[in-house]
Amino acid sequence: MVDTLVCSESELAEGRMRLVQAGQAEIAVIRKDGRYYAYENVCPHQGGPACEGVMMPAVRDVIDAGGICRGQQFDEAEMHIVCPWHGYEFRLSDGRHAVASGLGLRRFEAFAREGSVFVRV
Amino acid sequence: MDDRVGGEEQGFDTSKLLKNAARQRDERNYDDFLIIDVDSHHYETEAFREIAQYIRDPVLRNEALYQGAGSGGITSELGNYQSMAGRVTRYPGRRKEKTPAKPHRDITLMRRWMDAMGVDIACMFPTPMLNLASCQRIDVQVGLATAYNQWLCEHILDEDSRLKSMLYLPLHSPSACEEIIAEFADRKGVIGFMVTAPHYASVYDNAYAKSYAALQERGLPLAFHAGFPSGDQALKLTNRFIGLHALGFPWFNMIHMTNWIINGMPERFPQLKTIWIESGLAWIPFLMQRLDNEFMMRTSDAPLLKRLPSEYMQEMFYSSQPMERVRNAKALEVTFEMINAPSQLLYSSDYPHWDMDLPSTIYDLPFLSETAKRDILGQNARKLFKLGDALSDTKLARRHARGGVR
Repeated sequence: MVDTLVCSESELAEGRMRLVQAGQAEIAVIRKDGRYYAYENVCPHQGGPACEGVMMPAVRDVIDAGGICRGQQFDEAEMHIVCPWHGYEFRLSDGRHAVASGLGLRRFEAFAREGSVFVRV
Repeated sequence: MDDRVGGEEQGFDTSKLLKNAARQRDERNYDDFLIIDVDSHHYETEAFREIAQYIRDPVLRNEALYQGAGSGGITSELGNYQSMAGRVTRYPGRRKEKTPAKPHRDITLMRRWMDAMGVDIACMFPTPMLNLASCQRIDVQVGLATAYNQWLCEHILDEDSRLKSMLYLPLHSPSACEEIIAEFADRKGVIGFMVTAPHYASVYDNAYAKSYAALQERGLPLAFHAGFPSGDQALKLTNRFIGLHALGFPWFNMIHMTNWIINGMPERFPQLKTIWIESGLAWIPFLMQRLDNEFMMRTSDAPLLKRLPSEYMQEMFYSSQPMERVRNAKALEVTFEMINAPSQLLYSSDYPHWDMDLPSTIYDLPFLSETAKRDILGQNARKLFKLGDALSDTKLARRHARGGVR
């Protein structure tokens, strides 16, 4: 395991992403709500730069107890990384596809230490 | 809500967006063989004022320049949110992309994605104009189709030999189809003619016989490009774009294919080659089975047919995109077998649309031989359109740089 320096903590703002090359892998490190997440920047669908698109909450249909559709809501508790090529959505929390959990982004450990952000490869 | 992690605020660059496509190109050695994309697009609306100048009717031209070609907001048709509210970033990004003054912006944008993917030659089509057939004014359909075709020939096809097109036929006016074929068939870069499938017109109508005969005589294919008219009575029942798109694209091609077969068009115009574009592939085995089964019971309904419907369909050509990624991989392999994919399938990207396919969708299929992959990616189209075998200048430059054979 090698800890690769990404940037200083001040260089990675809340909700933003930095790319770092670690060997053959291009890894995206994302800072969200004080936590760091790291995934390889390759979509398992067609190879798109999965982490360079937008980040959006999951969309939920709101169905009441009587089975009536009451519209839709964003679920801010489940943020998604959206691949900019085709819109494949992956959970920020673990990199798995929003529905097909057998599909996901390659995950790495990211952390802050003494004011700097690292990814462990 | 647009919480962009990647950051494109400083502009947009197709080459940057497609950097992973360029890596696939190099990893798979696309520089070693020809890739032809038979279905790609540009946004002709960006050049609409140029195109409108080519509308020959002065009154209609004035009206087009006054009204423009824009569409309006959330209350307009479902198709307007195919970018998924900004999730597919090249839709909003395209407008910010910088291009040099020359060549034409559309040529620069086409070349950027083609070079990234390793595509040598691309057949390009318009985008919003694919829905022109839904305009209730036939004179507008004809006037704009003719103007677009002339503009495309003069500003794009004449300028770049890597770009080709099958020109738009306004099917609702049979006489205009004949005139357009006669005027443009011999222009540089014109490799066939195209009908957008969502037409409320019957392709077996005798009114089209002269057009079909003209295409057959010239050896030019007729393509049916799928679409999704959200004004269609049945499709109006869908409330999300996924429903409209999943059904609409194969639906109209299934109708036209059924009419084409049952009315014996392959027997009436045996040398006329047809291409069925952008409906995916899963609909073809379905329709083959359905038509074969019913034909065996009702041969009198289709007396011109000398063989089963599926046998005619096996001789037609199909574009590959959007190739369905199915849970049961055997289904795709059987589909390839049923449509004679090694000789009849033509790679298409549909770039820059939201469901585009890279060449790797074909190249990475485990059940194809290297020869079959290269045929589907380029050689089938080269033979069909009688194109040359020359690689793009950018591929040749890369090969030269690494000491390869030019």
